[in-house]
Amino acid sequence: MKLTKTLLATTALTVAGAAAHAQDMADSMTMVSWGGAYQTSQINAYATPYQAMHPGLEIIWDESSAEAVAKMRAMDEAGNVTWDVVDVVAADALRLCDEGLAMEIDPDVHLAPAPDGTSAEDDFGDLLVGDCFIPQIVYSTAFGYRTDMVPAGVEAPNDICDVFDLETYPGKRSLEKRPINNMEWALLCDGVAKDDVYDVLATAEGQQQALDKLATIKDDVIWWSAGADTPQLLADGEVFMGSTYNGRLFSVIEEQNQPVAMMWDAQVFDLDGWIIPANLPEDRLARALDFIYFATDTQRLADQAKWISYGPARASSAPLVGQHADLGIDMAPHMPTDPNNAQNTFLYNYEFWADYRDDIDAKFQAWLAQ
Amino acid sequence: MSVTTENGPVLSADGKPLKRSLNKALRAQKLRALALIAPLLIFVLVTFIAPIGDMLFRSVENQIVSNTLPNTVQQLQDWDAASGEAPDESVYQSLYFDLFLASEAKEHTRLGTRLNYEETGISSLFRSTGRSLDDIGEDYIDALEDLNPVWEDEAFWYALMTGGDGAAANTALLEEQRLRLAELTSDSFAGDIGFVPGQAVSDLLPETTRAYTAFALFTVVADEDVVAEEEPWEAVKIALVQDLKAGADVASYAGPGAAELAEAQALLAGQPEISFRDAFLALDEDWGKISNWSTIKTYSPPFTSGYFLNAVDMQKSPDGPEARPENQQIYGMLFQRTLFMSLMITGSCILLAYPIAYLLSNLPMRTANILMILVLLPFWTSLLVRTSAWKVMLQQQGVINDTLVWLGLVDDASRLVMINNQFGTIVAMTHILLPFMILPMYSVMSTIPQTYVRAAKSLGATNWTAFWRVYFPQSVPGIGAGSILVFILAIGYYITPEIVGGTTGTFISNRIAYHISSSLNWGLAAALGSILLVAVLVLYWAYDKIVGIDNVKLG
Repeated sequence: MKLTKTLLATTALTVAGAAAHAQDMADSMTMVSWGGAYQTSQINAYATPYQAMHPGLEIIWDESSAEAVAKMRAMDEAGNVTWDVVDVVAADALRLCDEGLAMEIDPDVHLAPAPDGTSAEDDFGDLLVGDCFIPQIVYSTAFGYRTDMVPAGVEAPNDICDVFDLETYPGKRSLEKRPINNMEWALLCDGVAKDDVYDVLATAEGQQQALDKLATIKDDVIWWSAGADTPQLLADGEVFMGSTYNGRLFSVIEEQNQPVAMMWDAQVFDLDGWIIPANLPEDRLARALDFIYFATDTQRLADQAKWISYGPARASSAPLVGQHADLGIDMAPHMPTDPNNAQNTFLYNYEFWADYRDDIDAKFQAWLAQ
Repeated sequence: MSVTTENGPVLSADGKPLKRSLNKALRAQKLRALALIAPLLIFVLVTFIAPIGDMLFRSVENQIVSNTLPNTVQQLQDWDAASGEAPDESVYQSLYFDLFLASEAKEHTRLGTRLNYEETGISSLFRSTGRSLDDIGEDYIDALEDLNPVWEDEAFWYALMTGGDGAAANTALLEEQRLRLAELTSDSFAGDIGFVPGQAVSDLLPETTRAYTAFALFTVVADEDVVAEEEPWEAVKIALVQDLKAGADVASYAGPGAAELAEAQALLAGQPEISFRDAFLALDEDWGKISNWSTIKTYSPPFTSGYFLNAVDMQKSPDGPEARPENQQIYGMLFQRTLFMSLMITGSCILLAYPIAYLLSNLPMRTANILMILVLLPFWTSLLVRTSAWKVMLQQQGVINDTLVWLGLVDDASRLVMINNQFGTIVAMTHILLPFMILPMYSVMSTIPQTYVRAAKSLGATNWTAFWRVYFPQSVPGIGAGSILVFILAIGYYITPEIVGGTTGTFISNRIAYHISSSLNWGLAAALGSILLVAVLVLYWAYDKIVGIDNVKLG
């Protein structure tokens, strides 16, 4: 029955999708994003060309992605959702989907196929996490280090475990003030095989093991909570090495020319993309779907990489990634997905953290406060 | 103008008792006053008191469990976690029907998220089970449909469930399911749905009719389809299998579909019972875990003390409240730290603000005004800018450390750690809250006549005695007002501690913010907030008892 229902719904939506161009689409759209360089890249790659195609469309930007889940829940309870398209990380998309706040997506109906005819579902592949998430970019959390603070006669750090090696690489580190990623890195450097990390982390002993490993460097860690912290700390020479999103490090290295270099080892891939709020009125939904169809096609995703060093989520976009719009340098080697950079990577384990986040976070925060 | 009669009450000019006239006049006056403040009162009630009350109410509210799994929760009452065995078949059977409906309404993942706060792993258990619920009892449905294709026919089902034209209707069942769905989804399921279950058929097949009624309501109200044109859910067919196997007396039933029912019952008689328990365990073996079931049972009442227990580092268990494991205790320590640091900040504000306020109130007006601007200038600067400026000042490669190293007071290798700890938070917050201390102090001090101190001195007091015995006592109301302002602001601060507090300088409000915006555990956030509110009220009360609130002056 479910299948027939899905089929019916799909047909209905296809019809609706085709009719959408004829029917009225809302002439204003509220988009939610992260602000900063990332939002600028979206304006350049998606919003401006879309507005050129649809003169008279007003786009309102709301820089609320960091609190998107809480705000959408509050809006839903108040019965007045004012957002049309929301940019969130995949973990948040999963939670919004669980809460019934995001609309379920059928990739082959709502998203454009690749130019060679590959269906959207295959083109995005494994990156379609959950039922509501429309992937846009692959970013990674990786380390950057000050090249001028590497001790004399020592090789520059190139292994994740160098973060835990205070003897060879003395100096402060900055790590994110949450268990995600840090616990995995700690276990990896405490002799746990990469494939076993989440099995170990699922046990109380494994969690303690990770915290014990982190305790060996605790006195030398500055904990960050905003993505801009590590770049700032690196630029000030306040820390020797620190983790943050790779796009932030790119801008420290290439745009601000600081003596900082990337350490890609054990970078953790994560996804960022769109969701559409559930139960939008028809005209706004038509507008949101129309925009998403345009903004997530192969060329548009590749275009975004001109302004920021995040990898496009479609397989078919990768060959189209060109040069930075202002600096004129090749962007491909700066992508986290570049084969040279992606020799040893993690993929954020959404299911695991959806389950264990509250439990491990309680332990992690108690450990931090000790 | 009152007239006194011999033994009656005092009357006013119009002959009514004076007392009543007076009351009437006063009441009119009060009403007028009330009408004047009504806009503000209503505004405050609607935009401030009501939302806060609603938010705080979440700290005990827990209806989601019993709304989503009403029958399961009821069945679970007889189950004892101490037995060490998973619940029996009837619980799993209720779970199947409850969860099926919940997953159609997409409410099961919300419940999973809620219960995951208490027991790790329930979130994905509910999510993954919701995806494969259709598979349970597949073979039985296939067997039915192979036997007779009418079981796939929506019109046949509709006729069967209404009991045919003119059959007696069971509106009670319809209303019961309306309420059930409304509670589940928090939407209204009122209105005509073009379907009423038949009385005879609901006596014959109680579970099936119940499941079909829920399906009908959902189809019409939520999906906006027509009941008679939609094939019922798997759960309806499974309910039919259960009813028929339970020995429904089909032989004596004469409504539409009687023959098909008899045929189906004969087929099913030869098949084993559906084991929902095995089916759930096959989907995920965690359905056999005692801890999951005892969590569902423990959190089944509509109101819970669980959030408050969490907020004081305790947890609910089958044997009553118990302390959390030591490696998860954090809130008690954070409350203490918040109080201690707020007191420290208030204290350092008093020490710094008193001389400034004194200076301001004793200088000539022109100079005092210029100095006042210096006090107010940072007050008008963005909070974030001031906090970030302290980062630049205090960090190890910052202005203060650089200066100390340049002066040779501190070795380059051992620069002082002044930020990302308690010290950083106290310095930054003292600076940020200082104007709130200076201003009330200044306004009180500027009303103290200079002549008093002069008089004291002329009577032979030393400078110190004149200040301490004459001036200081008069300035105490200013200190009181400033302290209350600063302390109450400090106790709820979270942006500054988040930026400069590191791990040892964060406040309880940082955790509240985390639970509101990141973990979405609003119940726990509300409980923490309520405790903070009560703590502030208690301190206010204590202050009133010790110092007296009448001694506080803002000007």
